[in-house]
Amino acid sequence: MSLKVQNHRAWWLVLPVFLLVGFTAIVPLMTVVNYSIQDIFDQDNAFFVGAEWYREILNDPRLQGALVRQFIFSGVVLLIEIPLGILVALMMPTKGRMAAVVLVLMAMPLLIPWNVVGTIWQIYGRADIGLLGSFLNGMGFDYNYASDPTDAWLTVVAMDVWHWTSLVALLCYSGLRAIPEDYYQAAKIDRASSWAIFRYIQLPKLRNVLVIAVLLRFMDSFMIYAEPFVLTGGGPGNATSFLSQTLTKMAVGQFDLGPAAAFSIVYFLIVLLVSWLFFTTITHLDKQR
Amino acid sequence: MNKRKIIGITIYLVFILLPIYWLILMSLKSNEEILGQLSYWPQNLSFDNYRSIFSDPSWYMGYLNSMVYVVMNVIITLLTALPAAYAFSRYHFLGDKQLFFWLLTNKMAPPAVFLLPFFQLYSSIGLFDTHIAVALAHCLFSVPLAVWILEGFMSGVPREIDETAYIDGYSFPRFFIKIFLPMIRSGIGVTAFFSFMFSWVELLMARTLTSVEAKPIGAIMTRTVGAAGVDWGLLAAAGVLTIVPGCLVIWFVRNHIAKGFALGRV
Repeated sequence: MSLKVQNHRAWWLVLPVFLLVGFTAIVPLMTVVNYSIQDIFDQDNAFFVGAEWYREILNDPRLQGALVRQFIFSGVVLLIEIPLGILVALMMPTKGRMAAVVLVLMAMPLLIPWNVVGTIWQIYGRADIGLLGSFLNGMGFDYNYASDPTDAWLTVVAMDVWHWTSLVALLCYSGLRAIPEDYYQAAKIDRASSWAIFRYIQLPKLRNVLVIAVLLRFMDSFMIYAEPFVLTGGGPGNATSFLSQTLTKMAVGQFDLGPAAAFSIVYFLIVLLVSWLFFTTITHLDKQR
Repeated sequence: MNKRKIIGITIYLVFILLPIYWLILMSLKSNEEILGQLSYWPQNLSFDNYRSIFSDPSWYMGYLNSMVYVVMNVIITLLTALPAAYAFSRYHFLGDKQLFFWLLTNKMAPPAVFLLPFFQLYSSIGLFDTHIAVALAHCLFSVPLAVWILEGFMSGVPREIDETAYIDGYSFPRFFIKIFLPMIRSGIGVTAFFSFMFSWVELLMARTLTSVEAKPIGAIMTRTVGAAGVDWGLLAAAGVLTIVPGCLVIWFVRNHIAKGFALGRV
Protein backbone atom coordinates (compact mmCIF):
# COMPACT_ATOMS: atom_id res chain seq x y z
CA MET A 1 0.00 0.00 0.00
CA SER A 2 1.12 3.52 -0.59
CA LEU A 3 1.93 6.37 1.75
CA LYS A 4 -0.37 9.34 2.01
CA VAL A 5 0.71 12.85 1.05
CA GLN A 6 0.19 15.92 3.20
CA ASN A 7 -2.33 18.10 1.37
CA HIS A 8 -4.68 20.44 3.19
CA ARG A 9 -6.54 21.30 0.02
CA ALA A 10 -8.10 17.83 0.27
CA TRP A 11 -10.53 19.55 2.65
CA TRP A 12 -12.37 20.87 -0.41
CA LEU A 13 -13.19 17.29 -1.39
CA VAL A 14 -14.51 16.55 2.09
CA LEU A 15 -16.38 19.80 2.64
CA PRO A 16 -19.69 18.79 0.96
CA VAL A 17 -19.90 15.70 3.16
CA PHE A 18 -19.05 17.71 6.25
CA LEU A 19 -21.75 20.31 5.56
CA LEU A 20 -24.36 17.74 4.59
CA VAL A 21 -23.90 15.54 7.66
CA GLY A 22 -23.20 18.42 10.02
CA PHE A 23 -26.45 20.09 9.02
CA THR A 24 -28.58 17.18 10.20
CA ALA A 25 -26.34 16.08 13.04
CA ILE A 26 -25.24 19.03 15.10
CA VAL A 27 -28.41 20.98 15.90
CA PRO A 28 -30.42 17.93 17.09
CA LEU A 29 -27.49 16.73 19.19
CA MET A 30 -27.24 20.11 20.91
CA THR A 31 -31.00 20.10 21.50
CA VAL A 32 -30.87 16.71 23.17
CA VAL A 33 -27.94 17.78 25.35
CA ASN A 34 -30.00 20.80 26.27
CA TYR A 35 -32.99 18.64 27.29
CA SER A 36 -30.77 16.39 29.33
CA ILE A 37 -29.72 19.10 31.79
CA GLN A 38 -33.10 20.74 32.28
CA ASP A 39 -36.41 19.93 33.88
CA ILE A 40 -38.98 20.93 31.28
CA PHE A 41 -42.61 21.45 32.27
CA ASP A 42 -43.70 23.39 29.22
CA GLN A 43 -42.17 25.82 26.79
CA ASP A 44 -41.71 28.65 29.26
CA ASN A 45 -41.00 26.63 32.37
CA ALA A 46 -37.66 24.89 32.19
CA PHE A 47 -35.23 24.65 35.05
CA PHE A 48 -31.57 23.89 34.95
CA VAL A 49 -30.92 20.69 36.87
CA GLY A 50 -27.34 19.96 35.87
CA ALA A 51 -26.27 16.36 36.20
CA GLU A 52 -29.33 15.23 38.13
CA TRP A 53 -30.91 13.22 35.28
CA TYR A 54 -27.57 11.57 34.58
CA ARG A 55 -27.28 10.50 38.23
CA GLU A 56 -30.81 9.15 38.16
CA ILE A 57 -30.19 7.21 34.94
CA LEU A 58 -26.91 5.65 36.01
CA ASN A 59 -28.41 4.35 39.27
CA ASP A 60 -31.53 2.89 37.71
CA PRO A 61 -31.41 -0.93 38.09
CA ARG A 62 -33.81 -1.42 35.14
CA LEU A 63 -31.36 0.29 32.84
CA GLN A 64 -28.38 -1.56 34.25
CA GLY A 65 -30.18 -4.84 33.57
CA ALA A 66 -31.02 -3.78 30.03
CA LEU A 67 -27.42 -2.71 29.46
CA VAL A 68 -26.06 -6.13 30.51
CA ARG A 69 -28.60 -7.93 28.31
CA GLN A 70 -27.68 -5.60 25.47
CA PHE A 71 -23.96 -6.32 25.69
CA ILE A 72 -24.53 -10.09 25.82
CA PHE A 73 -26.88 -9.92 22.85
CA SER A 74 -24.53 -7.81 20.70
CA GLY A 75 -21.55 -10.01 21.60
CA VAL A 76 -23.33 -13.24 20.71
CA VAL A 77 -24.72 -11.84 17.50
CA LEU A 78 -21.30 -10.59 16.37
CA LEU A 79 -19.61 -13.90 17.23
CA ILE A 80 -22.09 -15.75 15.02
CA GLU A 81 -22.60 -13.32 12.15
CA ILE A 82 -19.02 -12.31 11.36
CA PRO A 83 -17.50 -15.83 10.95
CA LEU A 84 -20.65 -17.12 9.27
CA GLY A 85 -20.67 -14.15 6.90
CA ILE A 86 -17.05 -14.75 5.89
CA LEU A 87 -17.79 -18.44 5.36
CA VAL A 88 -20.82 -17.70 3.19
CA ALA A 89 -18.84 -15.17 1.14
CA LEU A 90 -16.16 -17.81 0.48
CA MET A 91 -18.79 -20.32 -0.61
CA MET A 92 -20.68 -18.01 -2.96
CA PRO A 93 -20.27 -18.73 -6.68
CA THR A 94 -17.99 -16.19 -8.34
CA LYS A 95 -19.33 -15.94 -11.85
CA GLY A 96 -22.21 -16.64 -14.13
CA ARG A 97 -25.93 -16.53 -13.68
CA MET A 98 -25.79 -18.46 -10.42
CA ALA A 99 -23.70 -15.73 -8.80
CA ALA A 100 -26.35 -13.13 -9.61
CA VAL A 101 -29.21 -15.34 -8.44
CA VAL A 102 -27.48 -16.13 -5.16
CA LEU A 103 -26.77 -12.43 -4.61
CA VAL A 104 -30.40 -11.46 -5.09
CA LEU A 105 -31.77 -14.27 -2.91
CA MET A 106 -29.31 -13.54 -0.13
CA ALA A 107 -30.07 -9.85 -0.04
CA MET A 108 -33.80 -10.39 0.51
CA PRO A 109 -33.87 -10.31 4.33
CA LEU A 110 -32.00 -7.00 4.28
CA LEU A 111 -34.71 -5.34 2.21
CA ILE A 112 -37.64 -6.07 4.48
CA PRO A 113 -38.70 -3.22 6.79
CA TRP A 114 -37.69 -4.07 10.31
CA ASN A 115 -41.17 -4.23 11.77
CA VAL A 116 -42.16 -6.74 9.07
CA VAL A 117 -39.13 -8.87 9.99
CA GLY A 118 -40.58 -9.13 13.49
CA THR A 119 -43.98 -10.00 12.06
CA ILE A 120 -42.61 -12.80 9.88
CA TRP A 121 -40.85 -14.44 12.80
CA GLN A 122 -43.86 -13.95 15.02
CA ILE A 123 -45.87 -16.26 12.76
CA TYR A 124 -42.93 -18.40 11.61
CA GLY A 125 -42.02 -19.30 15.19
CA ARG A 126 -45.48 -20.15 16.44
CA ALA A 127 -45.97 -23.79 17.34
CA ASP A 128 -49.50 -24.05 15.93
CA ILE A 129 -49.22 -22.19 12.62
CA GLY A 130 -45.52 -21.53 12.01
CA LEU A 131 -42.99 -23.67 10.19
CA LEU A 132 -40.15 -23.23 12.69
CA GLY A 133 -42.29 -23.68 15.79
CA SER A 134 -44.13 -26.73 14.52
CA PHE A 135 -40.89 -28.28 13.26
CA LEU A 136 -39.12 -27.84 16.60
CA ASN A 137 -42.08 -29.18 18.51
CA GLY A 138 -42.34 -32.09 16.08
CA MET A 139 -38.70 -32.86 16.87
CA GLY A 140 -39.66 -33.17 20.51
CA PHE A 141 -38.46 -29.79 21.80
CA ASP A 142 -40.85 -27.92 23.99
CA TYR A 143 -40.41 -24.68 22.07
CA ASN A 144 -42.55 -21.62 22.72
CA TYR A 145 -41.05 -18.18 22.28
CA ALA A 146 -44.00 -16.43 23.88
CA SER A 147 -43.73 -18.09 27.28
CA ASP A 148 -40.20 -19.38 27.70
CA PRO A 149 -37.50 -16.69 28.20
CA THR A 150 -34.67 -18.83 26.77
CA ASP A 151 -36.68 -19.68 23.68
CA ALA A 152 -37.59 -16.04 23.21
CA TRP A 153 -33.97 -14.96 23.48
CA LEU A 154 -32.78 -17.65 21.08
CA THR A 155 -35.49 -16.70 18.61
CA VAL A 156 -34.39 -13.06 18.67
CA VAL A 157 -30.78 -14.15 18.06
CA ALA A 158 -31.84 -16.48 15.22
CA MET A 159 -33.92 -13.69 13.72
CA ASP A 160 -30.97 -11.30 13.84
CA VAL A 161 -28.63 -13.86 12.28
CA TRP A 162 -31.20 -14.49 9.56
CA HIS A 163 -31.68 -10.77 9.02
CA TRP A 164 -28.09 -9.54 9.00
CA THR A 165 -25.58 -12.29 8.12
CA SER A 166 -26.09 -11.47 4.45
CA LEU A 167 -24.81 -7.95 5.08
CA VAL A 168 -21.49 -9.30 6.34
CA ALA A 169 -21.41 -11.82 3.50
CA LEU A 170 -22.09 -9.19 0.83
CA LEU A 171 -19.36 -6.91 2.17
CA CYS A 172 -16.85 -9.76 2.29
CA TYR A 173 -17.91 -11.02 -1.12
CA SER A 174 -17.20 -7.66 -2.74
CA GLY A 175 -13.93 -7.48 -0.81
CA LEU A 176 -12.93 -10.89 -2.13
CA ARG A 177 -13.76 -9.87 -5.69
CA ALA A 178 -11.31 -6.98 -5.38
CA ILE A 179 -8.39 -9.41 -4.99
CA PRO A 180 -6.45 -9.59 -8.27
CA GLU A 181 -6.31 -12.98 -9.97
CA ASP A 182 -2.47 -12.80 -9.96
CA TYR A 183 -2.42 -13.38 -6.20
CA TYR A 184 -4.21 -16.69 -6.55
CA GLN A 185 -1.96 -17.75 -9.41
CA ALA A 186 1.12 -16.99 -7.34
CA ALA A 187 -0.36 -19.02 -4.50
CA LYS A 188 -1.04 -21.89 -6.89
CA ILE A 189 2.58 -21.88 -8.03
CA ASP A 190 3.66 -21.99 -4.37
CA ARG A 191 1.17 -24.82 -3.82
CA ALA A 192 -0.40 -23.00 -0.92
CA SER A 193 -3.14 -24.86 0.94
CA SER A 194 -6.61 -23.33 0.84
CA TRP A 195 -6.23 -22.41 4.51
CA ALA A 196 -2.96 -20.61 3.73
CA ILE A 197 -4.65 -18.76 0.87
CA PHE A 198 -7.40 -17.68 3.23
CA ARG A 199 -5.07 -16.71 6.05
CA TYR A 200 -2.39 -14.85 4.09
CA ILE A 201 -4.19 -13.55 0.99
CA GLN A 202 -7.93 -13.32 1.53
CA LEU A 203 -8.17 -12.37 5.20
CA PRO A 204 -5.71 -9.43 5.03
CA LYS A 205 -7.54 -8.12 1.96
CA LEU A 206 -10.82 -8.38 3.84
CA ARG A 207 -9.50 -6.25 6.67
CA ASN A 208 -11.19 -3.02 5.53
CA VAL A 209 -14.59 -4.50 4.85
CA LEU A 210 -14.48 -6.52 8.07
CA VAL A 211 -13.82 -3.40 10.15
CA ILE A 212 -16.92 -1.82 8.62
CA ALA A 213 -18.92 -5.02 9.05
CA VAL A 214 -18.03 -5.34 12.75
CA LEU A 215 -18.74 -1.68 13.48
CA LEU A 216 -22.01 -1.71 11.58
CA ARG A 217 -23.26 -4.87 13.17
CA PHE A 218 -22.21 -3.68 16.61
CA MET A 219 -24.01 -0.36 16.26
CA ASP A 220 -27.17 -1.77 14.76
CA SER A 221 -27.44 -4.72 17.12
CA PHE A 222 -26.78 -2.44 20.06
CA MET A 223 -29.68 -0.25 18.98
CA ILE A 224 -32.03 -3.06 17.96
CA TYR A 225 -35.61 -2.01 18.51
CA ALA A 226 -38.35 -2.87 16.05
CA GLU A 227 -37.72 -6.60 15.60
CA PRO A 228 -37.83 -7.79 19.24
CA PHE A 229 -40.53 -5.23 19.99
CA VAL A 230 -42.83 -6.77 17.39
CA LEU A 231 -41.80 -10.36 18.11
CA THR A 232 -41.93 -10.55 21.89
CA GLY A 233 -42.66 -7.05 23.16
CA GLY A 234 -39.58 -7.41 25.35
CA GLY A 235 -40.88 -10.41 27.24
CA PRO A 236 -41.40 -12.88 28.65
CA GLY A 237 -40.42 -10.96 31.75
CA ASN A 238 -37.46 -8.87 30.66
CA ALA A 239 -35.67 -11.55 28.67
CA THR A 240 -35.64 -9.70 25.35
CA SER A 241 -36.08 -6.11 26.42
CA PHE A 242 -32.98 -4.26 25.30
CA LEU A 243 -31.75 -0.72 25.78
CA SER A 244 -33.66 0.95 22.95
CA GLN A 245 -36.92 -0.41 24.18
CA THR A 246 -36.36 0.83 27.70
CA LEU A 247 -35.44 4.22 26.28
CA THR A 248 -38.50 4.45 24.06
CA LYS A 249 -40.75 3.43 26.93
CA MET A 250 -39.28 6.30 28.90
CA ALA A 251 -39.39 8.91 26.14
CA VAL A 252 -42.76 8.12 24.60
CA GLY A 253 -44.62 6.18 27.23
CA GLN A 254 -43.87 8.17 30.33
CA PHE A 255 -42.81 11.34 28.51
CA ASP A 256 -39.84 11.95 30.80
CA LEU A 257 -37.95 14.06 28.32
CA GLY A 258 -35.11 15.05 30.67
CA PRO A 259 -34.09 11.58 31.87
CA ALA A 260 -34.74 10.12 28.41
CA ALA A 261 -32.41 12.69 26.86
CA ALA A 262 -29.74 11.99 29.48
CA PHE A 263 -30.19 8.30 28.75
CA SER A 264 -29.77 8.94 25.01
CA ILE A 265 -26.53 10.79 25.60
CA VAL A 266 -25.14 8.02 27.83
CA TYR A 267 -26.30 5.42 25.31
CA PHE A 268 -24.62 7.32 22.49
CA LEU A 269 -21.39 7.63 24.48
CA ILE A 270 -21.30 3.88 25.19
CA VAL A 271 -21.66 3.04 21.49
CA LEU A 272 -19.07 5.69 20.68
CA LEU A 273 -16.60 4.40 23.26
CA VAL A 274 -16.84 0.75 22.22
CA SER A 275 -16.55 1.60 18.51
CA TRP A 276 -13.64 3.92 19.17
CA LEU A 277 -11.80 1.30 21.24
CA PHE A 278 -12.29 -1.28 18.52
CA PHE A 279 -11.21 1.07 15.75
CA THR A 280 -8.09 2.34 17.57
CA THR A 281 -7.03 -1.19 18.46
CA ILE A 282 -7.29 -2.26 14.83
CA THR A 283 -5.39 0.77 13.51
CA HIS A 284 -2.78 0.28 16.19
CA LEU A 285 -2.29 -3.37 15.25
CA ASP A 286 -1.87 -2.30 11.63
CA LYS A 287 0.91 0.08 12.50
CA GLN A 288 2.80 -2.57 14.45
CA ARG A 289 2.93 -4.82 11.44
CA MET B 1 -16.73 -24.82 -7.66
CA ASN B 2 -16.50 -27.88 -5.52
CA LYS B 3 -19.29 -29.89 -3.97
CA ARG B 4 -18.75 -28.74 -0.41
CA LYS B 5 -19.24 -25.14 -1.38
CA ILE B 6 -22.44 -25.89 -3.28
CA ILE B 7 -23.87 -27.81 -0.32
CA GLY B 8 -22.86 -25.07 2.10
CA ILE B 9 -24.38 -22.24 0.12
CA THR B 10 -27.54 -24.26 -0.47
CA ILE B 11 -28.02 -24.79 3.26
CA TYR B 12 -27.56 -21.08 3.86
CA LEU B 13 -30.03 -20.16 1.13
CA VAL B 14 -32.63 -22.52 2.56
CA PHE B 15 -32.17 -20.90 5.96
CA ILE B 16 -32.65 -17.46 4.36
CA LEU B 17 -35.56 -18.39 2.13
CA LEU B 18 -37.80 -20.38 4.48
CA PRO B 19 -39.06 -17.35 6.45
CA ILE B 20 -39.47 -15.49 3.14
CA TYR B 21 -41.48 -18.39 1.77
CA TRP B 22 -43.64 -18.16 4.89
CA LEU B 23 -44.16 -14.45 4.22
CA ILE B 24 -45.20 -15.07 0.60
CA LEU B 25 -47.46 -17.88 1.76
CA MET B 26 -49.15 -15.58 4.28
CA SER B 27 -49.71 -12.97 1.60
CA LEU B 28 -51.66 -15.47 -0.50
CA LYS B 29 -53.96 -16.59 2.28
CA SER B 30 -56.91 -15.10 4.08
CA ASN B 31 -56.53 -14.20 7.73
CA GLU B 32 -58.71 -17.11 8.82
CA GLU B 33 -56.45 -19.50 6.98
CA ILE B 34 -53.25 -17.95 8.36
CA LEU B 35 -54.42 -18.20 11.95
CA GLY B 36 -56.55 -21.30 11.53
CA GLN B 37 -54.19 -24.16 10.81
CA LEU B 38 -50.69 -25.05 9.72
CA SER B 39 -50.43 -25.48 5.97
CA TYR B 40 -47.41 -25.58 3.71
CA TRP B 41 -49.14 -24.10 0.69
CA PRO B 42 -52.28 -21.97 0.30
CA GLN B 43 -55.48 -24.02 0.44
CA ASN B 44 -57.55 -21.33 -1.24
CA LEU B 45 -55.14 -19.34 -3.32
CA SER B 46 -56.21 -15.70 -3.27
CA PHE B 47 -54.65 -12.53 -4.56
CA ASP B 48 -57.08 -10.30 -2.66
CA ASN B 49 -54.36 -8.83 -0.48
CA TYR B 50 -52.35 -7.72 -3.49
CA ARG B 51 -55.48 -6.46 -5.21
CA SER B 52 -56.35 -4.23 -2.30
CA ILE B 53 -52.84 -2.71 -2.32
CA PHE B 54 -52.77 -2.02 -6.05
CA SER B 55 -56.28 -0.58 -6.15
CA ASP B 56 -55.78 1.89 -3.30
CA PRO B 57 -53.73 5.02 -4.05
CA SER B 58 -52.96 5.59 -0.38
CA TRP B 59 -51.17 2.22 -0.48
CA TYR B 60 -49.24 2.37 -3.71
CA MET B 61 -48.34 6.04 -3.31
CA GLY B 62 -46.39 4.91 -0.26
CA TYR B 63 -44.15 2.81 -2.48
CA LEU B 64 -43.65 5.72 -4.86
CA ASN B 65 -42.85 8.11 -2.01
CA SER B 66 -40.33 5.73 -0.55
CA MET B 67 -38.74 5.19 -3.91
CA VAL B 68 -38.45 8.90 -4.65
CA TYR B 69 -36.61 9.78 -1.47
CA VAL B 70 -34.46 6.65 -1.57
CA VAL B 71 -33.27 7.42 -5.10
CA MET B 72 -32.55 11.04 -4.11
CA ASN B 73 -30.62 9.76 -1.12
CA VAL B 74 -28.50 7.35 -3.16
CA ILE B 75 -27.62 10.05 -5.69
CA ILE B 76 -26.70 12.65 -3.06
CA THR B 77 -24.74 10.05 -1.12
CA LEU B 78 -22.65 8.86 -4.04
CA LEU B 79 -21.96 12.36 -5.39
CA THR B 80 -20.66 13.67 -2.06
CA ALA B 81 -19.06 10.51 -0.68
CA LEU B 82 -16.92 9.62 -3.69
CA PRO B 83 -14.66 12.72 -3.60
CA ALA B 84 -14.55 12.67 0.19
CA ALA B 85 -13.53 9.01 0.30
CA TYR B 86 -10.82 9.75 -2.25
CA ALA B 87 -9.47 12.55 -0.05
CA PHE B 88 -9.43 10.28 3.00
CA SER B 89 -7.73 7.44 1.14
CA ARG B 90 -5.02 9.57 -0.51
CA TYR B 91 -4.18 12.60 1.61
CA HIS B 92 -3.25 13.67 5.10
CA PHE B 93 -4.98 16.88 6.07
CA LEU B 94 -5.84 18.83 9.17
CA GLY B 95 -8.16 16.76 11.36
CA ASP B 96 -8.57 13.93 8.87
CA LYS B 97 -8.61 11.07 11.37
CA GLN B 98 -10.98 12.85 13.75
CA LEU B 99 -13.31 13.84 10.93
CA PHE B 100 -13.33 10.30 9.55
CA PHE B 101 -14.38 8.83 12.87
CA TRP B 102 -16.82 11.67 13.61
CA LEU B 103 -18.68 10.79 10.42
CA LEU B 104 -19.45 7.33 11.70
CA THR B 105 -20.53 8.57 15.13
CA ASN B 106 -23.63 9.98 13.47
CA LYS B 107 -24.89 6.46 13.04
CA MET B 108 -24.61 5.83 16.76
CA ALA B 109 -27.30 8.03 18.26
CA PRO B 110 -30.37 6.15 19.51
CA PRO B 111 -33.23 7.63 17.48
CA ALA B 112 -36.09 7.74 20.00
CA VAL B 113 -35.24 11.08 21.61
CA PHE B 114 -33.56 12.61 18.55
CA LEU B 115 -36.75 12.45 16.51
CA LEU B 116 -38.27 15.54 18.10
CA PRO B 117 -35.30 17.81 17.30
CA PHE B 118 -35.14 16.39 13.76
CA PHE B 119 -38.77 17.30 13.32
CA GLN B 120 -38.19 20.81 14.65
CA LEU B 121 -35.13 21.31 12.47
CA TYR B 122 -36.82 20.32 9.23
CA SER B 123 -40.05 22.14 10.07
CA SER B 124 -38.15 25.33 10.80
CA ILE B 125 -36.62 25.37 7.32
CA GLY B 126 -39.94 24.55 5.71
CA LEU B 127 -39.06 21.11 4.41
CA PHE B 128 -41.46 19.10 6.55
CA ASP B 129 -43.38 16.49 4.55
CA THR B 130 -41.18 16.69 1.47
CA HIS B 131 -39.17 13.89 -0.12
CA ILE B 132 -35.96 15.87 0.00
CA ALA B 133 -36.23 16.24 3.79
CA VAL B 134 -36.21 12.48 4.26
CA ALA B 135 -33.42 12.10 1.68
CA LEU B 136 -31.29 14.67 3.51
CA ALA B 137 -32.03 13.21 6.93
CA HIS B 138 -31.06 9.75 5.70
CA CYS B 139 -27.72 11.17 4.57
CA LEU B 140 -26.92 11.25 8.27
CA PHE B 141 -26.16 7.55 8.17
CA SER B 142 -25.85 6.75 4.47
CA VAL B 143 -23.06 9.25 3.74
CA PRO B 144 -20.74 8.17 6.57
CA LEU B 145 -21.30 4.54 5.67
CA ALA B 146 -20.57 5.25 2.01
CA VAL B 147 -17.39 7.17 2.86
CA TRP B 148 -16.18 4.31 5.04
CA ILE B 149 -16.89 1.57 2.52
CA LEU B 150 -15.50 3.52 -0.43
CA GLU B 151 -12.38 4.56 1.46
CA GLY B 152 -11.66 0.88 2.09
CA PHE B 153 -11.89 0.06 -1.60
CA MET B 154 -9.97 3.13 -2.71
CA SER B 155 -7.00 2.52 -0.45
CA GLY B 156 -6.75 -0.92 -2.05
CA VAL B 157 -5.86 0.78 -5.35
CA PRO B 158 -2.11 1.45 -5.52
CA ARG B 159 -1.12 5.12 -5.55
CA GLU B 160 1.17 4.59 -8.52
CA ILE B 161 -1.90 4.48 -10.73
CA ASP B 162 -2.82 8.06 -9.77
CA GLU B 163 0.71 9.25 -10.37
CA THR B 164 1.06 7.54 -13.73
CA ALA B 165 -2.18 9.14 -14.88
CA TYR B 166 -1.06 12.62 -13.80
CA ILE B 167 2.26 12.15 -15.61
CA ASP B 168 0.30 11.12 -18.70
CA GLY B 169 -1.41 14.51 -18.52
CA TYR B 170 -4.79 13.58 -17.07
CA SER B 171 -6.58 16.31 -15.12
CA PHE B 172 -8.01 15.30 -11.75
CA PRO B 173 -11.70 15.12 -12.80
CA ARG B 174 -10.87 13.21 -15.96
CA PHE B 175 -8.61 10.77 -14.15
CA PHE B 176 -11.17 10.32 -11.39
CA ILE B 177 -14.07 9.51 -13.72
CA LYS B 178 -12.28 7.70 -16.54
CA ILE B 179 -9.68 5.67 -14.67
CA PHE B 180 -10.25 5.64 -10.96
CA LEU B 181 -13.99 4.99 -10.65
CA PRO B 182 -14.00 1.97 -12.99
CA MET B 183 -11.31 0.42 -10.81
CA ILE B 184 -13.48 0.46 -7.69
CA ARG B 185 -16.70 -0.56 -9.40
CA SER B 186 -17.38 -3.37 -6.99
CA GLY B 187 -17.08 -0.92 -4.10
CA ILE B 188 -19.45 1.55 -5.74
CA GLY B 189 -21.95 -1.22 -6.43
CA VAL B 190 -21.94 -2.32 -2.81
CA THR B 191 -22.15 1.25 -1.56
CA ALA B 192 -25.08 2.09 -3.80
CA PHE B 193 -26.90 -1.00 -2.66
CA PHE B 194 -26.25 -0.27 1.01
CA SER B 195 -27.38 3.34 0.74
CA PHE B 196 -30.50 2.13 -0.99
CA MET B 197 -31.14 -0.56 1.56
CA PHE B 198 -30.64 1.42 4.75
CA SER B 199 -32.74 4.28 3.43
CA TRP B 200 -35.42 1.87 2.23
CA VAL B 201 -35.90 0.11 5.57
CA GLU B 202 -35.41 3.14 7.82
CA LEU B 203 -38.72 3.99 9.33
CA LEU B 204 -38.51 6.20 12.39
CA MET B 205 -37.01 9.28 10.71
CA ALA B 206 -39.02 8.89 7.54
CA ARG B 207 -42.22 8.67 9.54
CA THR B 208 -41.37 11.64 11.73
CA LEU B 209 -40.52 13.94 8.84
CA THR B 210 -43.61 13.25 6.75
CA SER B 211 -47.36 13.35 7.16
CA VAL B 212 -49.25 13.03 3.87
CA GLU B 213 -47.39 14.07 0.75
CA ALA B 214 -44.23 12.04 1.27
CA LYS B 215 -45.47 9.32 3.60
CA PRO B 216 -43.30 6.20 3.25
CA ILE B 217 -44.62 2.68 2.75
CA GLY B 218 -43.35 1.55 6.13
CA ALA B 219 -45.58 4.07 7.87
CA ILE B 220 -48.59 3.12 5.78
CA MET B 221 -48.07 -0.52 6.70
CA THR B 222 -48.74 0.19 10.36
CA ARG B 223 -52.37 0.76 9.29
CA THR B 224 -52.80 -3.01 9.09
CA VAL B 225 -52.64 -3.11 12.88
CA GLY B 226 -56.06 -1.92 13.90
CA ALA B 227 -58.54 -2.20 16.73
CA ALA B 228 -59.75 -5.50 15.29
CA GLY B 229 -56.26 -6.98 15.46
CA VAL B 230 -53.61 -7.38 12.79
CA ASP B 231 -54.50 -7.86 9.14
CA TRP B 232 -51.76 -10.44 8.64
CA GLY B 233 -52.41 -11.21 5.01
CA LEU B 234 -52.38 -7.57 3.91
CA LEU B 235 -49.27 -6.83 5.97
CA ALA B 236 -47.51 -9.85 4.42
CA ALA B 237 -48.46 -8.78 0.89
CA ALA B 238 -47.12 -5.29 1.57
CA GLY B 239 -43.97 -6.88 2.97
CA VAL B 240 -43.46 -9.01 -0.14
CA LEU B 241 -43.82 -5.91 -2.31
CA THR B 242 -41.15 -4.08 -0.30
CA ILE B 243 -38.60 -6.75 -1.24
CA VAL B 244 -39.15 -6.38 -4.98
CA PRO B 245 -37.55 -2.96 -5.70
CA GLY B 246 -34.44 -3.88 -3.73
CA CYS B 247 -34.06 -7.12 -5.66
CA LEU B 248 -34.18 -5.12 -8.89
CA VAL B 249 -31.49 -2.78 -7.58
CA ILE B 250 -29.18 -5.63 -6.66
CA TRP B 251 -29.86 -7.25 -10.03
CA PHE B 252 -28.67 -4.07 -11.73
CA VAL B 253 -25.53 -3.66 -9.64
CA ARG B 254 -24.71 -7.38 -9.56
CA ASN B 255 -22.01 -7.12 -12.19
CA HIS B 256 -20.33 -4.32 -10.33
CA ILE B 257 -20.33 -6.33 -7.14
CA ALA B 258 -19.25 -9.58 -8.72
CA LYS B 259 -16.54 -8.22 -10.99
CA GLY B 260 -13.08 -7.85 -9.59
CA PHE B 261 -10.38 -5.81 -11.20
CA ALA B 262 -7.13 -6.96 -12.70
CA LEU B 263 -4.01 -5.07 -11.72
CA GLY B 264 -2.52 -5.43 -15.18
CA ARG B 265 -5.29 -3.51 -16.90
CA VAL B 266 -4.01 0.03 -16.47
